[in-house]
Amino acid sequence: MNITVTGSTKEYPQGLTVAQLIQLEKVATPEYVTVSINDEFILSATFAEKTLNEGDHVEFMYFMGGGR
Amino acid sequence: MAFSNEQLERYSRHMILKEVGVKGQKRLLESKVLIIGAGGLGAPAALYLAAAGVGVIGIADADDVDLSNLQRQVIHTTPDVGKAKVRSAEESMKAINPEITVHTYRTYVLANNIGQLIAEYDFIIDGTDNFPAKFLINDACVLGKKPFSHAGIIRFQGQLMTYLPGQGPCYRCVFSSPPPPDAVPTCRQAGVIGAMGGVIGSLQAMEAVKYIIGQGELLCGSLLTYDALNMEFRKIKLPRRDSCAVCGSQPTIIAPFDYEQAACEVKG
Repeated sequence: MNITVTGSTKEYPQGLTVAQLIQLEKVATPEYVTVSINDEFILSATFAEKTLNEGDHVEFMYFMGGGR
Repeated sequence: MAFSNEQLERYSRHMILKEVGVKGQKRLLESKVLIIGAGGLGAPAALYLAAAGVGVIGIADADDVDLSNLQRQVIHTTPDVGKAKVRSAEESMKAINPEITVHTYRTYVLANNIGQLIAEYDFIIDGTDNFPAKFLINDACVLGKKPFSHAGIIRFQGQLMTYLPGQGPCYRCVFSSPPPPDAVPTCRQAGVIGAMGGVIGSLQAMEAVKYIIGQGELLCGSLLTYDALNMEFRKIKLPRRDSCAVCGSQPTIIAPFDYEQAACEVKG
């Protein structure tokens, strides 16, 4: 199935969960990433069971604490 | 208010723009912006807002200028090392534009002073370097119904979003609470390319100016991310989180509060 992750569309295995996608995409701080699917936030407690569907748009949002 | 000949000349490149004009420049001259943090983000934001003629600029920072700041904090110069950052920033802003008023706050911004601090300003710029301060500014601005620009930078990356009262989403919608101290690297630990503050801090100034003149689309409901190595800007749509602790339908945060800070990061 095709999923768009941070703007690029690629083929991913059927039944992929958000937790598995985080691992596949080598997210740097998996415990603290915010995820949205089709512009809706996903609760981090549900990453392990939430499965992705064909055509989904996934975004990762990362903490950036610097500024001075 | 009539413009002097000097003002007409100083702001001519603004006033020729149909989106600014006489009306927009007048609004800028009558506006008040608070910048929290006179560092990588705050430096370019302060310089551009001063140059733009923002009538009152507040600048808050407890620190003194350090040699390690000068790689990116372009509002301070080498002879300023050891001077209070707010003083150095005030001098630079007044040198660019002597007709603006600068209010300096040489203090850490905490739960016990933030409400009073933001109250007299129209727009707030978060130029801080730590999560406790970023969450505090978010909460205080949501509770105080103040628009603000949030930003963060690290290594070759930066991001920013704008909060508008009553419209949201807020920073806490995106990140419900700060990461534990040291779980996510800071600029001090991970480094930051100097021009990143220039890019993102200037975009924060741009958001403030657009808000003041009432033109264009603000980054309300969007997170703009910038990756300098790939030279890629992306605008990520941000929904509101109904369960948000401060701006959601049943808020549990009803007053600003301080998170504990990693001891090594108290000083920027």
